[in-house]
Amino acid sequence: MRQIFGPSANVIARASIIGGLLTVVVIIAVGFAYIRSPYNTGQRVDVEQPVQFSHRNHVGNIGLDCRYCHTAVEKSRFAGIPPVATCMNCHSQLLVNEPILEPIRAAYRTGQSIQWVRVHNLADFAYFDHSAHLAKGVGCTTCHGPVNDMALMRQESTLLMNWCLDCHRAPEKYLRPRDQVFNVNWTPPADQLTLGRQLVQEYQVHSRTDCSTCHR
Amino acid sequence: MIHEQSIRKELIVPPMDRADHVPVIAPGQTFESVNEQIGSVVLRRGFQRGWLLGLAIAFSLLMLFLVAVTWLFIRGVGVWGINIPVGWGFAIINLVWWIGIGHAGTLISAILLLLRQQWRTSINRFAEAMTLFAVACAALFPILHLGRPQFFFWLIPYPNTLDYWPQFRSPLMWDFFAIATYGLVSLLFWFVGLIPDLATLRDRAKSAFSRVTFGILSMGWRGSAVHWKRYQDLYYLLAALATPLVVSVHSIVSFDFAVGIVPGWHSTIFPPYFVAGAIFAGFAMVLLIAIPLRKYYHMENFITDRHLRNMAIVMLTSGLVVAYGYIMELFMAWYSGNEYEGYMTVNRIIGPYGWVFGLMILCNVVIPQLLWFKRIRTNTLWLWGISLAVSFGMWFERFVIVITSLHRDFLPSSWAMYTPTFWDYATFIGTLGLFATLIFLFIRFLPFISIAETRELVHQTGGKVE
Repeated sequence: MRQIFGPSANVIARASIIGGLLTVVVIIAVGFAYIRSPYNTGQRVDVEQPVQFSHRNHVGNIGLDCRYCHTAVEKSRFAGIPPVATCMNCHSQLLVNEPILEPIRAAYRTGQSIQWVRVHNLADFAYFDHSAHLAKGVGCTTCHGPVNDMALMRQESTLLMNWCLDCHRAPEKYLRPRDQVFNVNWTPPADQLTLGRQLVQEYQVHSRTDCSTCHR
Repeated sequence: MIHEQSIRKELIVPPMDRADHVPVIAPGQTFESVNEQIGSVVLRRGFQRGWLLGLAIAFSLLMLFLVAVTWLFIRGVGVWGINIPVGWGFAIINLVWWIGIGHAGTLISAILLLLRQQWRTSINRFAEAMTLFAVACAALFPILHLGRPQFFFWLIPYPNTLDYWPQFRSPLMWDFFAIATYGLVSLLFWFVGLIPDLATLRDRAKSAFSRVTFGILSMGWRGSAVHWKRYQDLYYLLAALATPLVVSVHSIVSFDFAVGIVPGWHSTIFPPYFVAGAIFAGFAMVLLIAIPLRKYYHMENFITDRHLRNMAIVMLTSGLVVAYGYIMELFMAWYSGNEYEGYMTVNRIIGPYGWVFGLMILCNVVIPQLLWFKRIRTNTLWLWGISLAVSFGMWFERFVIVITSLHRDFLPSSWAMYTPTFWDYATFIGTLGLFATLIFLFIRFLPFISIAETRELVHQTGGKVE
């Protein structure tokens, strides 16, 4: 009787074992990589806005303090996006014929809000409080990146839960003195851990990793 | 040497067998007749009308299941009759019932193997298949009864972006591991057992397609001495692993209740009592399948009256343990002096679901006592009827445990009734369809009696039986 399988079946059999294992490994690895990649988290994408507002220009070049526009950031859980009136403080006199600013002027005339596109968008089941973080010495650039150098706003951090917990479990790695939180040029000193531990003591920072901290 | 062999014979054929005068295998068998009779069920061309009809009915019930699940996914678990005091309804009853049924398969294939029981040989294959298919049905319910079933994978401990880890203190978490492990080990055990048979089918198949299919599935089994040595080692090892597994899986399922504080659940007798119940219900299901199977496929020479009788005895034994469990629950309710425990028991017997309790006692305690009589044990019709009653009875038992404990517990302001809806019934009957579909496909495409082990039995008994 003729053999059912030729000698090539040996190769196929071995390859299928290795291939099967590899497939599983690759599927898992791709899944792990994807979920952490910017494709999933939406990081490093320059988001188009109705008005091409440049933080690089307003913060980097002109040197505005963050709080000039994001006024509520020290008092409220919500940092706030400035109203058109804040823009018009300057742009009623400055660059009044610039076509790029026409949506601002139109909004001011009609009273319609500008439909800014939100870049840092947490799910609504996560409660985040800006004022609490600033009061405990977390600087703007620690989470939002070098905003002073962003022509268009982009999401710098993953905003994944493990990113939050990384800091909540070891805040000393990231804290800075309170008077430096709005300093966009602040860089961590060589002995950040020493400074951080000292600040944790001084500001009474508690790690707060239970569910009710954020998922209220 | 001759002396040694005679001792071995004594071990192989226990005295009880000879007293019974019914052989585990009909006399006059040869290796070839075994190959031919069991193999022809798989290798014959075309489909029999009875099989097609059975598959059609089973498949339409499976379609009902898919409709029920689709509706469940669209509308949510609220389509079932569950409410706030009774959060666990048919889904959990069915889970425990199905997983319990699976346990007899492992008992037959693993525990009886370790005990060197020859009468397991003809029934182990389809009992193992029954285990697998029952576990497949059971494993659906813990996922379907989740409010958000798409997140069931959060039960898996894997490094994720949430830095989240499942709660290892919950028996529902253990359930996930128990059922997953049980399913995997059962599949492996069943497949290892199939390999020599698949090789037999490969060698006997006429069509090229069957030869290649069985050739791939048998993975180059040549039946060499080294193969058989390793095969036996692995088979016994798996049996030794499956035995504590089967006991722990249903114990873990019982912890779902016993770990809770609800009166009627928080009972330390649950783990052994659930396992006994699982064996009881499982053997009933094996008999429900075995009796028609051997009649339809004329397998009376392999599945002899001895098998049915022995299974009936195991069923009676485990049934008595279950009956003991009922008595102990009643006794402890009185002995505890706890008013909630006491009321729970009174409510079970004469409360609004008292009729279920009554049916449970009738099916699980009263009717199985008929198995004491040899004439009934050897009558297939009676045995089939009793098995059916036990299958129903064990379903009622889970109903009593789940529903009557929940619907009236500590706070009278949280008392309610549970009325199953059409979708509860559709899901349950649908899993019966899934189970039956898989069984029908299995008996057509794989040998439902182990060919290799039956050949071994023929060899041991020399074709004739004392």
